[in-house]
Amino acid sequence: MENNYLADLWNSSPIVCVVLTGLVLLLVESVRRGSGRLSYAVSLVGLASAGVLIVAVGDVAQPAFNNMIVQGPYAQFFTVIFLVTGILTILLSRGYLDRQGIHRSEYYLLVVFAISGMMLLAYAMDLIVVFLGIELMSICLYILAGFMRTRGTSMEAALKYFLLGAFATGFLLYGIALIYGSTGTTNLEQIAKSFAEHSASPMFLVGVSFLLVAFAFKVAAVPFHMWAPDVYEGAPTMVTAFMSTGVKAAGFAAFVAVFMRSFQYAGSPVNDVLAAIAAASMIIGNVTALAQVNLKRMLAYSSVAHAGYILVGLAAGNADGFMGILFYLVAYVVVNVGAFGILSLVEDSNGQKLSYDDYAGFSAQRPFLAALMSIFMFSLAGIPPFAGFFGKYYVFLAAVKADMIWLAVLGVLTSLVSVYYYLRLVILMYFREGSGDVAVRPTWAAMLSIGFAAYLVIQFGIFPSIVVDAALKVF
Amino acid sequence: MISVEQYLALSAVMFVIGVVGVLVRRNAIIVFMSIELMLNSVNLTLVAFSAYLGDVTGQMLVFFVMTVAAAEAAVGLAIIIALYRIRQTVNIDDINILKW
Amino acid sequence: MISLIPIVVALPLAGFLILGLFGSRMRSETVIGTLGSATVGISFAVASAIFVEMLGMDPIDRKQIVQLFTWISTTTDTPSSFSVPVAYQVDQLSILMTLIVTGVGFLIHVYSIGYMHGDKGFWRYFAYLNLFIFAMLNLVLSDNFLLMFLGWEGVGLCSYLLIGFWYEKKFTGDAAKKAFVVNRIGDFGFLLGMLLIFDRFGSLSFDTVFGSASVLSVGTPVLMWITLLLFVGAVGKSAQIPLYIWLPDAMAGPTPVSALIHAATMVTAGVYMVARCSILFALAPTTLEIVAIIGGLTAIFAASIGLVQNDIKKVLAYSTVSQLGYMFLAMGVAAFGAGIFHLMTHAFFKALLFLGSGAVIHAMHAEQDIQKMGGLKKYLPVTYWTFLLAAIAISGIPPFSGFFSKDEILWKTFSSPYGSVVLWGVAVLGAALTAFYMFRLVSLTFGGDERFGKHHHPHEAPKTMTIPLMVLAALSVIGGFVGIPPSLLGGNAIEHWLDPVFASANAKLGLGGHEIHAIEYVLMALSVGIAAAAIYASRTVYLKRHEIAEQLKNRYARFYNVLWNKYYVDEGIDKAIVNPTVLASESLLWKGFDVGIIDGVVNGSAKLMAVAAGWIRRMQTGVVQQYAVFFVGGIIAIIFWLVLN
Repeated sequence: MENNYLADLWNSSPIVCVVLTGLVLLLVESVRRGSGRLSYAVSLVGLASAGVLIVAVGDVAQPAFNNMIVQGPYAQFFTVIFLVTGILTILLSRGYLDRQGIHRSEYYLLVVFAISGMMLLAYAMDLIVVFLGIELMSICLYILAGFMRTRGTSMEAALKYFLLGAFATGFLLYGIALIYGSTGTTNLEQIAKSFAEHSASPMFLVGVSFLLVAFAFKVAAVPFHMWAPDVYEGAPTMVTAFMSTGVKAAGFAAFVAVFMRSFQYAGSPVNDVLAAIAAASMIIGNVTALAQVNLKRMLAYSSVAHAGYILVGLAAGNADGFMGILFYLVAYVVVNVGAFGILSLVEDSNGQKLSYDDYAGFSAQRPFLAALMSIFMFSLAGIPPFAGFFGKYYVFLAAVKADMIWLAVLGVLTSLVSVYYYLRLVILMYFREGSGDVAVRPTWAAMLSIGFAAYLVIQFGIFPSIVVDAALKVF
Repeated sequence: MISVEQYLALSAVMFVIGVVGVLVRRNAIIVFMSIELMLNSVNLTLVAFSAYLGDVTGQMLVFFVMTVAAAEAAVGLAIIIALYRIRQTVNIDDINILKW
Repeated sequence: MISLIPIVVALPLAGFLILGLFGSRMRSETVIGTLGSATVGISFAVASAIFVEMLGMDPIDRKQIVQLFTWISTTTDTPSSFSVPVAYQVDQLSILMTLIVTGVGFLIHVYSIGYMHGDKGFWRYFAYLNLFIFAMLNLVLSDNFLLMFLGWEGVGLCSYLLIGFWYEKKFTGDAAKKAFVVNRIGDFGFLLGMLLIFDRFGSLSFDTVFGSASVLSVGTPVLMWITLLLFVGAVGKSAQIPLYIWLPDAMAGPTPVSALIHAATMVTAGVYMVARCSILFALAPTTLEIVAIIGGLTAIFAASIGLVQNDIKKVLAYSTVSQLGYMFLAMGVAAFGAGIFHLMTHAFFKALLFLGSGAVIHAMHAEQDIQKMGGLKKYLPVTYWTFLLAAIAISGIPPFSGFFSKDEILWKTFSSPYGSVVLWGVAVLGAALTAFYMFRLVSLTFGGDERFGKHHHPHEAPKTMTIPLMVLAALSVIGGFVGIPPSLLGGNAIEHWLDPVFASANAKLGLGGHEIHAIEYVLMALSVGIAAAAIYASRTVYLKRHEIAEQLKNRYARFYNVLWNKYYVDEGIDKAIVNPTVLASESLLWKGFDVGIIDGVVNGSAKLMAVAAGWIRRMQTGVVQQYAVFFVGGIIAIIFWLVLN
């Protein structure tokens, strides 16, 4: 077989760029220990250059490296999400890490490597690459979750995430092995071609279910979600932000790439399973969030619920669902970066000030941040004119078109429940007297990132077509 | 001659033993070893399929799995040790500050 | 040059954003006022440049659509795809409206710098005003119904915000609410009309809709419904019978707002909309007839109320309602060009009248009762003279602007196959009433004896206020020369300019050019004579022989009371609609349905949810193996489902 490695390298250059950035950071780390500032700058420059490359490479679908990865609109769309999330996270993290006294250069290294893993998921055309991407991303995150080595909750989060993550990896691998055994290949394109003929074989179906479970674990869907609240609460807040945005988007990148684009499951029992998981996630996530006191934990359950909404699009399995998923992810990711960013600003150096009550009277102290937080909450609740509304609109529309009206109805009803716990925060911020001992000293970079996130939420809420056009190109 | 089915059955049994180990053992390190058992049973499956299909992909994947498992082991043990320093325990029933 | 039209729209938006975000921190009124006015001023300059360029173009090239971006597009399947762009359509009609909005708007912004001096909401005021201009420009420049609707709602919002600008007072809030609610009825009609259009034509773009409508035959039933619904929207926004009731109350806002929004621009949006959809209305003769009748009725009805009001702004408000009636009358008799012509001249002289009344109120320290004024001529010379010119213009005395536009409407009402002699008679009577109450206003305010207390020391307004007055006065005098009819040896430039816009409607209606008839001169002389007589009578009564007014008032006490109480319409609506609704809402919907059923369901389900939440969260024990058990349970369930199926 003839291979043009230069073309392959060019097509995968955004990943290569991010990986190289990670390697440079490793060098920096070994040469000048603890130079957080330099790593901060290098990681930002590296991710930004990857952003330039992803635009330069273009959006024509091109396989590379023996069809192991494919560069194209799909990879591009998700890579942009990952890079934007990564850059915003890093901008917000520096001040946060300083306040928490854990500003060390490994942090940036781990974030950058995790992003390279996510990108692999978006580029993957082979189950081996999916496996590598998930592991590269997850191993970095195990460490990041326990980045506060001296704090018990952070280490507990790391252990829980690690044990369950590794457990899920076992199923992922076994799933890949069984699919490989029944189809004789790990290439997604070829599996897709023979999906119908194998769809009666039990071994193949068990493989598919294991794969489904592994992805459902990564995106924190019920009943594989139980790690999420504990880990989200225990991990350093900016790591939680990164997990709830980048990792979730990456999980869905893989989920959609494998299930929607390759396994044309529409009409098969897989649909029912996805619908059931989506319904359970929406119900359990939203209802449990009602009873939370800690905002990080509330957002964790909310992220379970949102995984459910996105899975509605996946369960619908049609073109609208596909577009809805992409739109929803964009809306969800920018909102969560902003909301967690604000949490990270308010949190004090002991990991306190994270409960609902700490936000009482927040609008009087920090009117601008309170307004932005309200925007994020409204968007999460799916109230127009913010981006979250159109996300929900498109996935519910897809469900209706796929004759899954019950799922759309359930989605709307559970959204109604979610309004309670989102707006509770808004009410506390605006209509309650606070103790006034919340000290917020945001950096410029942090304000800029949160403001930018809010801007995107409004922009995509009023002019959804920007994202819709991009998403339509992907399909 | 040992047939491919027998390899598969063995590895499936190993996998289930790993899963049960994860579910019932209380020591974090043993739980982690059970997970390693799961991964290795998958490796056995992959090699068996690879030989049966006469295709090299499975064996290639095994090498990746071994590498990843090594990385995972390093990180996992580091986490368990760091936690032990704070809590003085590796019994996962006791590690439950974060709940509800 | 035409491609610069987005700048015209964007500048006021930029002004709004800057003032809205940072205005509260700007200390200097000069900075805020200059910024607010400059954005609109530059918009006007750019629009003028575009207009000049269009003058030199071939009429066919004058219409151009500037696409900006796709605003909303839904779904992925093409046949029923719904896609709306943000695109601006520049043509003869929209550029004219743009010039009026930005030009008059600019003058009123400048005037406001003086008028709002010292108000603590100064920045807020200019932010709203800029937002209004932005919304209004979207309304007139849009190339589709949805963007137009956005502007339509946007101006409604700004109107609400500005009527209730002094929100500490209860009555301003009430007036704002009334305006909002009444407009909502109209907007609902517009919305329904728009939905029906989309249902019927599968598009909301003007070009597509009008294009496919023009091949339909006259009297197609669906068009009647569409136009009627659209007209309901116009009735609400342009304060026609029966939805005019919000406009007089809207005078609670600052006077320049009344001038800009409630006289010159926003309230004419309905007229503009009918003109824009002329082809649809042309295909629905029944609707046209209704438009003409509503317009004519409103013209005379509102004018008659204006005869006896004593609040200087109320008189002008009813006058505005009445003049809008004339514009709809023109639309109804298919004299679209004449209607737009009157819209333009009215914008000049009515804005001037309001600004003049603002100068009077300013000088009298918030006194608005004309019975407590009088003799202000010598204290406020500039205001007096400009006000007088505007009054002459609105009364229709040649060669002032109002004469040409009003006479054109009267003649079309008489001569058009869609008009009638009765409507013409109503319109002439309305014109006489107009002349009468306008000069009553002038006489009581500026002439005669001083009836205000010694503590008042009226003084002329500052330059920022008087200069806009003078500019508008000049426009009120000469503004009509662009529409001198052929019978008076003019070219009627404005109607020729607008002709291409209404060409397809006129072709459907079989209306041709303007022929000169001898009778036209007779009618012209008649209407001018009646107006002059009304002015003479009014001046006699209110300047020299006050007792006549008293005698008339006493002799026709019952009739006077009806007029004084505005035909008891507000009271009637309260009794017939508001009170029963409130009563039913309170006892049935609120205390019965809402508290009993809705609250019960809501609170009940909320309690249920809380209980469920407390229960479900207990599953989350914190022990990692428990999580793994759920995990494995999930896997087993999935495998069973997939493999057994």
